[in-house]
Amino acid sequence: MRVHWRILLWIAWLAAAVWGGFGFVERLSGGHAAANYGSYIVWGLWVSAYIYFVGISAGSFLLSSLIYVFGERRFERVGRLALFTAIISLCMALFSIWCDLGQMSRVHRIFTSPNFGSMMAWMVWLYSFYLLLMLIELWLATRADLARWQASARGARRVIGRLLACSRGPLDARQERRCRHWLKVLVLTGIPLAIAFSGGVGALFSTLSARAFWHTPLMPILFLTGALVSGVGLVAFLAALFAPRRPAEQRDTVLLLGRALLALLIFDVILEWAEFSVPMWYGVGPEYSLLMRVLFGEFWWVFWVLHVGLGCIVPILLLALRWRAWSVGLAGLLVAVTFMTVRLNIVIPGLLDPHFQGLQTAFTDHRLVFWYVPSLFEWQVTVFIVALGAALFYLGFRLLPLAPHDEGAAGCQA
Amino acid sequence: MSDSSPRVEEPPAGSPSVENRRAFLKAAALLGGAATAGTAALVDAKRTTIGNEPTGAASVRDLPPLASISIERRSDPLLCMQEALRRALAKPVEERRWLMVIDTRKCVGCHACTIACVAENRLPPGVVYRPVVTEEIGSFPNVALRFTPRPCMHCDEPPCTPVCPVRATWKRPDGIVVVDYYKCIGCGYCVTACPYNARTRDLGEHYTDGTPALQPYEERPSLEYGKLWDRRGHGSPVGNARKCHFCLHRLEEGMLPECVTSCIGRATYFGDAADPDNLVAELAARPNARRLLEEKGTGPRVVYLV
Repeated sequence: MRVHWRILLWIAWLAAAVWGGFGFVERLSGGHAAANYGSYIVWGLWVSAYIYFVGISAGSFLLSSLIYVFGERRFERVGRLALFTAIISLCMALFSIWCDLGQMSRVHRIFTSPNFGSMMAWMVWLYSFYLLLMLIELWLATRADLARWQASARGARRVIGRLLACSRGPLDARQERRCRHWLKVLVLTGIPLAIAFSGGVGALFSTLSARAFWHTPLMPILFLTGALVSGVGLVAFLAALFAPRRPAEQRDTVLLLGRALLALLIFDVILEWAEFSVPMWYGVGPEYSLLMRVLFGEFWWVFWVLHVGLGCIVPILLLALRWRAWSVGLAGLLVAVTFMTVRLNIVIPGLLDPHFQGLQTAFTDHRLVFWYVPSLFEWQVTVFIVALGAALFYLGFRLLPLAPHDEGAAGCQA
Repeated sequence: MSDSSPRVEEPPAGSPSVENRRAFLKAAALLGGAATAGTAALVDAKRTTIGNEPTGAASVRDLPPLASISIERRSDPLLCMQEALRRALAKPVEERRWLMVIDTRKCVGCHACTIACVAENRLPPGVVYRPVVTEEIGSFPNVALRFTPRPCMHCDEPPCTPVCPVRATWKRPDGIVVVDYYKCIGCGYCVTACPYNARTRDLGEHYTDGTPALQPYEERPSLEYGKLWDRRGHGSPVGNARKCHFCLHRLEEGMLPECVTSCIGRATYFGDAADPDNLVAELAARPNARRLLEEKGTGPRVVYLV
């Protein structure tokens, strides 16, 4: 990367971290006072960001799992990258939802007195196991390289190698085989887990019979597909950005990701068509009016310009017409970033549905309205979370063996 | 494979297919164990009732009778309900079935109940337990106003309680749906689960925020659930889900809910529906009795006379 680009990125990151950091401090000191959600639109940007990051995590995890299980050699280079992306985005998701809690200090109660009848309790428990599983997987996948770093690397990498490898000197063939074996066991365990929880986030919404907009059996499937689309999109972008220098290999890896992304995107569009066309076809019913607000209401551009235009049409054209690494990377970035609009268009319209039309005027209060746009403060906290995630990703990329060892034996990869 | 032996040769130990099979079996064992534990947890959660109120004899309240006032059948409904309340509290909690009846034909839309509730429970901005929805029906010259007070419906099948991830909300044996402010983590899931929008979120604001001085009345603790809730320093119920509780703290002391007492049109009735002589039991059995969103199957314990 050219030096001036690098400097520009650093400045952008620093600005985001400082500006967002002020927002986070305000969240800790002033609570929810500066947020725009209230008692009727009870969830806003942070919950949308949470399901967005969770989706990316599940999607990139499933991608990495497929690579490890089916031993798709061409993808192997992005296996660890995808796994690490999944870990970071899950952390971002959990941070985001933590900020949304009314009593942040009581989050441990979900572990100490859970109600397993609640979909939310299930989510938290599944995430916890999933995070643990991913951390162990990452360790197993990188252990051989970490062990090698004890002797060959310098500075921080050497220290990290010593701290994390849990072995003196490089691993022997038996140890490497055991790593590989357990990695495969955990990956196999992780696939149903990731499917369960990414579909489960959809179920968290769709099990609520009170909300016609969410209460559809298609929702878990939509969330699972959305997770794969956004996760594979982000990994495709990262792979194009950080892929190995050898052009032929980069081309192969990234182009294969591009094909997977194109197929997933088309499938997602079909599902979305079902989600919109079925309740809207005859033009009656409560969901019809809500969907009309999504399509032609005040925020029509979020759906048509950001989601349909930049999130579907442009990436599909890029992926279908230009078989280059940069076009796949750009398409992946567009899909991953604009997928946030899909999440916002699930969370907010679902809450817009006042069964009693007069409720908003029954008691006049700025928190008792069926209208919501995120406040600057909410964006600030979200920017902070993104900056934090970017920093963690950068640190991981610099300090962990995420790019597999080049000389023949590619670490503990299955 | 040799021609003489028709059977398939076993792959040697350590070969990829044996490795794969082993990995698969281990993963299946891990998943099977997790699925069993999960199913057990789910069954346990569905079978266990939440709540730690005293029941039986411990819940009986022996309140003094209203000796100085003679109460007959044609007395003021408030007096009748007051007397019936004393009778109900003399029974164990599991034998009481609280019910509210709202006669919409008597409601004049004065919002006195809303404000009395705000004052009684010291509700902050963004929190309201009993708004009165006003609807204009028809067009000139055939116009009418309809007023619908909307407290919590204290549903028999509450959609808001099973969603709580931390067991912080439940339905009491007498039918009141309560929130434990000490336990609630403020995730807002129950708020989204209520089809009546009867749950609100306390975001820690004050009506006099941004004025030269925060008024003392806003800092006085709330008495909900018979405890003192001090909101200063982001203490509960700040950050919690809050809802109407039929003024449980008043009921326990033999007083009717504040919205009932403050209704200038005597439009709100409250009492124990398990007692056939109770006014609410009689009113709820009338043919013009309706419940809100009955099709949702929640079984509301608030009845409207239309």
